[in-house]
Order: sequence, then C-alpha cells, then structure tokens
Amino acid sequence: MSRRLLFLLPLLTLALMAGFFAWSLLAGRDPAAIGSVMVGRPAPPINLPALEEGHPPLTDALLKTGKPVLVNFFASWCAPCLAEHPLFMRLKERDGAVIIGIAWKNKRTEALAWLDRLGNPFRTAGLDLEGKAGLDWGLSGVPETYAIDGNGVVRLHFRGPLTERDLTDSVLPFLKGTTK
Amino acid sequence: MIPELGHFALILALAVALVQGTVPLFGAARGDARLMALAPVAALTQAFLVTLAFLALMQAYVASDLSVANVVANSHSAKPLLYKVTGVWGNHEGSMLLWALILSIFGAAVALFGANLPDSLRSRVLSIQALIGVGFLAFILFTSNPFTRLASAPADGNGLNPLLQDPGLAFHPPLLYLGYVGFSVTYSFAIAALLEGRVDAAWARWVRPWTLAAWCFLTLGIALGSWWAYYILGWGGFWFWDPVENASLMPWLAGTALLHSAIVVEKRDALKSWTVLLAVLAFSLSLLGTFLVRSGVLTSVHAFAQDPARGFYILCFLLAVTGGGLALYAWRAPSLQPGGLFQPISREGALILNNLLLCTLAATVLLGTLYPLFLDLLTGDKVSVGPPFFNATFVPITLALFAALCVGPFLGWKRAELWPALIHLRTAFVVSVIAAFVAGFAIDSRSTLAAVAFGFGVWLIVGTLVELATRLRLGVVPWRESVRRLRNTPRASIGMTISHAALGFVVLGAVATGAWHLELIRTVKPGETVSFAGYEVTLQRVDNVQGPNFIAERATLAVKRNGRPFTVLQPERRLFVVQRRQVAETAIQTNLLRDFYATLGEGDANTGWTIRLYSNPLAPWIWLGGALCALGGFVSLSDRRLRIGAPSRLARSRASGPALTSGPGGPRSQKT
Amino acid sequence: MNRTLAVLLLLLMAAPVLAVEPSEMLQDPVLEARAREIGQALRCVVCQNQSIDDSQAEVAHDMRRAVRERLIAGDTDQQVFNYMVARYGDYVLLKPPFRARTLVLWLGAPALLVIAGVALLVTARRRRATSLAPAPLSEEERRRLSVILSEAKDPSASPRREG
Repeated sequence: MSRRLLFLLPLLTLALMAGFFAWSLLAGRDPAAIGSVMVGRPAPPINLPALEEGHPPLTDALLKTGKPVLVNFFASWCAPCLAEHPLFMRLKERDGAVIIGIAWKNKRTEALAWLDRLGNPFRTAGLDLEGKAGLDWGLSGVPETYAIDGNGVVRLHFRGPLTERDLTDSVLPFLKGTTK
Repeated sequence: MIPELGHFALILALAVALVQGTVPLFGAARGDARLMALAPVAALTQAFLVTLAFLALMQAYVASDLSVANVVANSHSAKPLLYKVTGVWGNHEGSMLLWALILSIFGAAVALFGANLPDSLRSRVLSIQALIGVGFLAFILFTSNPFTRLASAPADGNGLNPLLQDPGLAFHPPLLYLGYVGFSVTYSFAIAALLEGRVDAAWARWVRPWTLAAWCFLTLGIALGSWWAYYILGWGGFWFWDPVENASLMPWLAGTALLHSAIVVEKRDALKSWTVLLAVLAFSLSLLGTFLVRSGVLTSVHAFAQDPARGFYILCFLLAVTGGGLALYAWRAPSLQPGGLFQPISREGALILNNLLLCTLAATVLLGTLYPLFLDLLTGDKVSVGPPFFNATFVPITLALFAALCVGPFLGWKRAELWPALIHLRTAFVVSVIAAFVAGFAIDSRSTLAAVAFGFGVWLIVGTLVELATRLRLGVVPWRESVRRLRNTPRASIGMTISHAALGFVVLGAVATGAWHLELIRTVKPGETVSFAGYEVTLQRVDNVQGPNFIAERATLAVKRNGRPFTVLQPERRLFVVQRRQVAETAIQTNLLRDFYATLGEGDANTGWTIRLYSNPLAPWIWLGGALCALGGFVSLSDRRLRIGAPSRLARSRASGPALTSGPGGPRSQKT
Repeated sequence: MNRTLAVLLLLLMAAPVLAVEPSEMLQDPVLEARAREIGQALRCVVCQNQSIDDSQAEVAHDMRRAVRERLIAGDTDQQVFNYMVARYGDYVLLKPPFRARTLVLWLGAPALLVIAGVALLVTARRRRATSLAPAPLSEEERRRLSVILSEAKDPSASPRREG
C-alpha cells in the first residue's frame, strides 16, 4: 500500500504545482509587483528644501498635524504623473485634501514650470533632487502616493499612477476617516 | 498565397496527427498489423506538411511579406538576411511552429530509423508522439497562428529585438528545441513501455540513442545561450539563475540522470521504474519551461510576450501530458518486474547515487525558481531567490556529485569494493589537492570555495583520464597492447571519458572566470592610456558608424604589451533606430586561455567615455568544455552497438534454433 | 496604457550591462569591493531579476550610492542589508533570508535527498534480507525434483527434453 503511495507521489506533486499555477493565472497575479513594507509603519522622515524658492523647508511636522495627509512623489518628465494630475486637482478642490508633493530627480525650474502649466494641487511641495528621500520612502519610481493618517502612520501606498478606482475604493474613505 | 498554403498545410498536419495519434494505438491494443503500419506513414506525412508550413513562414520573412501580421510584428525589410531567417523563431508564434516542426521530424526519424523496433512498440511511440503534436498544432492554430494576415499592410515592420540580431542567439533556440523535443521521444518510449507493461534491456537500448541525441543538443543549446550572455552583456557573467535559464537546466539535469539510469536497465535490467519516471520527467520539465517562459507567471529578462490566456492553454497541455504520464506511471510502474539485485557498493549503487544527486539538483532549481510564486500566493509575502541562494544550495551538491563521478566507473556491477577503486584514484586525489592549494595560496587567498572548486575541476579531468589509463592498462602492458585495447574500447566508453573530462574543463573555466577575473572601469578621453593586467590600453578615437539598421559609436582601443602592439579592440554601442534600443557590442580577444575584452559605455568628446576592461582567465574553457561534453555524447551516439541493438527480422527467419526475438535475450548477449 | 508606458520606460533604461559608473566607485578598493559584493546581492526592484549592479534604472543607481554611503559611514555588510530591507522588504535580498516561511525553500531539496537516500537503503536492506535465502521447496516440487534427478541418471528412461 505504501509502495503504491510512493508511485503516486510525483503525480500529487504535479497536482500541487499545477494548482498554484492555475491560481496564479486566474488571480491575475502580477509577478513584477513588489509590495510595500511601509504600510502600517510610522512615516519615514522628511527633510527637504521647499520646491518654491524662499519657502520654509519641509519637515516631519507636516505629517504630524493630526489630520490625514497624502504624500505624492512626482516629476515633470514622468508621463503617468501627467495622467494622474487631474485626480489630485480634484482631491484638493472638491475634497479639500492636504497633499504634499515631492519632486523626485527633477530640476527645480522644470518642476515649477510643470506645476504652473497644469495647476498646483499641493499644499506644500519639496524637492528631492538626488533621490535620497525617495530611497527612505521605499520608492521604486514615480509616481507613487502615500496616505498618512493623523498619527503619522502610513496607511496606504500606491505604486504607479492613481486611478479613479483607487480614489473611490481607498483614498476617499481614508480621507473621510472611514477606513483605517 | 504562400502563407495560405502554409496555413492549410498546418491544418492538414493536425488532421494527420489526430489519425496518427489514435489509430495505431488502437491497432497495437488489438494486434492489428495494418492499423499499426499506418503510424510510420502518417509520421512521415506529418513531418512533410509541417516542414511545408515552416518553409512558407520563412518565405514570408525572407520576402518581408508585410501583409502577414507576424512578419510585421517581428521583422523589418532592412534587417540582414540571416536575421530575417532566424527571426522566424525569434517570436512566440514562430518558435511554436519550430517546436511543432522538430516534433514531427523526430517522429519521422523514429519511423525511418526504428525499423528494428517491434511493431507494437513503434506504433505506440509514434502515436504518443502524434498526440503531443496534436497539442502543439492545435495550440498554434487556435491561439498563436503565425499566418494571420493584416487587412492593410503597413509601410514596414517593427523590427526584431536587437538583442536577437546576433549569430549566437539566432541559433540558440533551434538547438534548445532539438533538446527539449528530443526528450519527447523518450517520453513516448516511456509511455509506450508502460502501456505494453514491459520495460527491459531492449527497451533501454532503443531509448538510449534518442536520449543521447536530445541531451547533446540541449547541452549545446545551453552552452550557446551562456556564451551569448557572456559576450553580449559585457562584464563576464555567463549564468544568472534567471527563471528561463533554470527552465533549460532542469530538463538537462533530468536528461543526464535518465541517460545514466538507462545504462543500468540495459546492463542489469534494474532501476526500471526510476528510468521510466525520469523519461516522463525530462519532457515534462521541458514543457514546464515552455509554460514558465510564455505564461507571464514569472518575471524574466528572457521571457516572450506574456499572455495568461495562452499560459492557461499551455498549463492544460502540461497537465495532460505530465499528468497522464505520471498517472500511467503510478498505475503501471508498481507491476514492473524488479530486476537484478545488487549491493549498495556497486556500479548500480553509484548510478543510483548519481540519480539521487541529479534529481536533488533539479529539485533545488525547481524550488528556487517557483518558491517566490508559491509564497506570494499563499501569504502575500515577497521574496527573491537569486544567484546567492543557488550558489549556497546547488554548488555543494554538485561537488558531492563530482566526487562520486570519478569513483563510479571503477566499481564493478552487482558488487564491488570501494577501497580498491579509491586506491586507483590516489594520484588524481593528490594532484587535485595540490591544485586546490596552488589556487588557494598562489592565485587568490580570498575565496576558499573557489580553490576547492578548482581542485574538483582538476579531480574530474585527472580522475577520468586515470580511469581510461587503467582500462588500457597503460604502463602495465606494452604500449602497443594499450593501443590495441584503445581500439577495442567501445565508443560509448570513449564518449563517457570525453564528456566527464569536459565537465572538468567547464568547472575550471567557471571558477577561474568567476573568482579571479580582473576588471577596470574608467572614464577616458581619446588619446589617454590606462594600464591593465600587464597591458597598455589607449583609447585612440570614437567614431560614429552606420549599420544596416542601427547607428553606433565605435571606440578603437589599441592594446600594447611592453610597448609592442598586441591587438586592437573595437567595442561598440549600437542604437537600433526602429526599436530605440541600445545594445553593447563587446570586443573580445582570446588566446583560448584567457579572454581580454572591452565594452564601451556612455560618454562624449568633452567628458570622455566610460570603458570597461576585463581579463577573464580560462573563460573559453567554459564553452569549449560544453561543446566537448556534447561531442562526447555524439561519440557515444556513434557506437555501433546502438544501431545493431536487436537482430533484424531477416536474421531471425534464417536461424533454425529458438527464435531470436528482439527481447531480453538478444542485446544481453553482447559484450559489456 | 500607463503600464505599457512604464514598461517601455523600463525597457529603455534596463538594458543589460554592468551599470556601475566610474563616478559612483569609491576610492578605497576594499570598500569598493565590499560595495560590489553587496550590490550583487541586492535586487533592482524595478527590473526583472537583475541585481542593482547590473541595472541602469534610477532606483538602482540610488541604491548603489546609498550602499557606498553606508559603507563609508562604517556599517557592516549586514547593517547595509538591513538598511535596504527596512525600505523595500525581503524582496530586495537576492539571497532569501532563512526564516520560518523560507524553511521549505532552503531545506526542501536536501530533505528530499536525505529521505530518498534513507528509503533506498532501507528497501535495499529489506530486499537483500528476504531474497538471500531462497524459499524452501514444497512437497510437490520436491517430488518433481527427484523425478528429474532420476531421469538425469538414466536418460533412456524418458523422452528427451529440450533446454
């Protein structure tokens, strides 16, 4: 009897593996997705010069105001950032969201010109020329958006441009405080 | 017109394959000779039709027929002719057609060269082969048709991926596929044997040439792919444990185990169920590789266009072939007659150890490749499994295998003594230890593992040669006698010696290049000289060059040694205009003992250019060793005994005594 | 659509070459050698199976620079790895950590080897034990044996048999 079982072992192993493969295909799993370790942790530090000349530098105090804050990493040379920009304008104007923008690996003049041209959705904007802040925040590229609650803890981390779906499913509930 | 002909030929081929896959099987079960005789005819017809289809596609590429969607997606009229031809299989649809072509050609080969197989076995093998063909042809026709036309032809095509416009990579797929598909024949043989309910020495003898052929081609394909990665990526790396590379390594490991396991079945009628299982696994791993590359389940720099829908089809096909094979195995294998008994210390025991270690290696690679996927699905955690993991797990088992590899041939069948075998190898052992110490102290004192591995490489070469010398009784008998013995040594043994020693060369090359290469990365301006590895390298100038479908920057590096000119290297950085893709062309100078090469990075006249210089000791030995390994296999394949494995029917009718059937009695009477 | 753009950007950036630039390299050869070894063991998070040393992506460049900064600041190799894991998770390590959830990965194949080896040795021992002594003859077989032996002594007594 156990001998029979031994001969069945390869078939059972195959079934197990195939089950995983089918699961992966059906679930539409993205093998390139890297996940995020920031969610649920206190937000990484911010210590950046302001994007606009003469404005005070950005510090962690901006994240500990007791109110939810969105942090958006963007760049003028980034096409998907262009695509998600109208959503941020809407978040600011319609929903009164507090959004901090960080220009990542962008020349100051180019980032400011981009914001002038399209509109500035950010309450405060900073400049991360070298990408050091990006590294601290676990950035893999732009655009990426983080949602930080009133206690300074990261609740959401979006890699890539925000979509309408993200807004309705996650961001708006977060801002209204209905989702932790 | 011609693409339509090709399309039609493919449809006909599917129909023929359907017939070939069902009727002869039925005939074999019933013992109906007429139905069984259909198999070879159908196999040849199928091969002819698929060849027609393939040639039709090739014609579309060569003529740049831009009304064919596949040509538009993957070719361009300005491409050189060689790459127009090889571009046929540089994309998903074309490569699937190449699979089907090789599959049908192997089937035809079995039909042509398998005349000495018993009818029932041959027709079963051809039927299984055809059923596999049905799967591929259906997949092509229904999901990946290369002959679809476009409603309106565009001005020109999208061009071929620049990385593929290279002679090395152009021929890498056909060689690989010859290997993968070759294992389909051994799979068919295994299924046929399970259906017949009989696995014996004759079966093993028939299976061996097909296994050897597939294995040789797969070895060449992997070596070629590795060599290509080495000279195109520009920094001396040649194996990255990328999922697609692993997908080719796993069938190779299973195939090697199968090759050796079949020897035991042939000589001692033992290890039957294990050999049959390996035959099923080798092809299954080939299919698994196809699935991983084309389904989008894993990320890889090599992967074809990902498509989950196609992936699902391939998964179902994989399940049908592998699941069917393993289910049949689970059902029939327990009733296979166990064969000759043997002691743990014996040639059989050594080959079992060989099996175990090779299977463990394959399992390691499989686990490492698939674990991120499994963990992600189960827990959502993301982990990466890269070269450091494989170096820690794969290499130690390989070293154990190498240690046993030289001892095995000294052990006799059925029962043997370990100590006398080891005594024979004492010289080899001493030489290897000395080599390891020299490597460790004289060359590089940082890496112990490199020194040890180097020692193992020497052990492989010297140990194998000692075995040959012992067989020839070199030094013990007059040399004329040794020469006579050499001439009488079966080619299979010569092949074994060549392949095992070649493995040693690969190890030496891999260790030396991996651990002891020299590197210099510098930004230089034209006219500047740098000193590297005992040479003086001057960047003379950087020119802009126009190629057929690219523009390039070409640097001219004058290399001098002690003031005297040594060579001129001209690395390039090519920009392919259509795809807007950059590819670096390295410049390599080799004296077969060390590769000296240069790549050109970014830069301009003001700031200077980044050049990277490398000196890779023994790098050519990696690929020369790989080619030599395959050569050993081909030498073994040419062994006459494999072709006269069973007496022909004519001889049988002449004999007056008991009929010499193609059963266990025949081949066993041959000398070992 | 956006994903296609991102992929295109990646393709343009992540051409397979050694990406360490002369300007990134440290002066101290010992530190630089450590940086290269660490770089070979860190994964580029936006590439497909490349280490940060092999990738031309912006993030890879940042990570290479950060590795060197940490080394200059006096971190050990393990501290540098922890620094990266704190920001990107275990994903960034090309050598998976040895934890409860990676036990099967690390020990699976060796365990298979050990189990298979033990099983084989056990079956070999059992088979030898049972087959060393042939089964004793039954009554019927004993009678037939004596008949055969008597015929062998006197061939003329019965018809000749083949074989």
